[in-house]
Amino acid sequence: MNISTSMVVLIAVIGLFGIGLYCLLITRNLIRVLVGLQIMVKGAMLVLVFAGQSQGQPSLGQSMALTVIVADTIVAVVGLALAVQVKRSVGTLDIADISKLKR
Amino acid sequence: MWHVIILVGIIFCAYQAVRDKRLLVSAIWLAGTSALVSIMMYLLGAYQIAVIELSVGSGLVTVLFVFAINIAGDEPIPNLSFIPKWLARIFSVAAIILIGWQLLPLLNFPINLNQDAGFQQLVWENRKADLYLQVVMIFAGVISMLRLLTDEYQIRILHKEVQE
Repeated sequence: MNISTSMVVLIAVIGLFGIGLYCLLITRNLIRVLVGLQIMVKGAMLVLVFAGQSQGQPSLGQSMALTVIVADTIVAVVGLALAVQVKRSVGTLDIADISKLKR
Repeated sequence: MWHVIILVGIIFCAYQAVRDKRLLVSAIWLAGTSALVSIMMYLLGAYQIAVIELSVGSGLVTVLFVFAINIAGDEPIPNLSFIPKWLARIFSVAAIILIGWQLLPLLNFPINLNQDAGFQQLVWENRKADLYLQVVMIFAGVISMLRLLTDEYQIRILHKEVQE
């Protein structure tokens, strides 16, 4: 069976998105939520680069991917800072315990 | 051949990052995923983005994860999710099928590895609004990190005062 590069990239994108979504759905650890988000965003970056290359506009796809990389890094930084602050003030990283605070 | 090996590596590293119980090991697997994704981008002809992803996604973000995990600690959280695992699996498979269906038309387009010279012009001239937004986001990240580090420093000073 001949597997083309396009098929390999699309399988990687779909796999990354599926694994990241599954992590987001099953986890209760605040830091692990960020790990799941990172995995999903890597799939999004890959598909942006791939779409740019396949549509004949590589620069556009790559500039979009650059924006996604910056946004993703800032999300990770702010999310980790929030997680550390939550751990210091509440004493746990469990989302179930943190969500009880609003009641 | 290389593409398939990298694909298997990406999926394996991402799965291990989700599956491993220890957060620190998860962060290392995530770095592996990021490095392999950047190799895939390099093979797709996006050389500059591959280098940025390798340095930022695999380097900086991993350092931040390790730093935050060291401060917050790796606490054992009961392996109970908000929704049952079988339902999460169904949702994930449904999302995979929907995305696959949406991406299927891209299979018909061949990948063109010829670089056009317009990347720098597009980023620095045609997408200035994006660039300014990125600068603002980077400042937000720096301020968050400063906040994170300042508290740690203050706690150390308090500890020293108590010991004295």
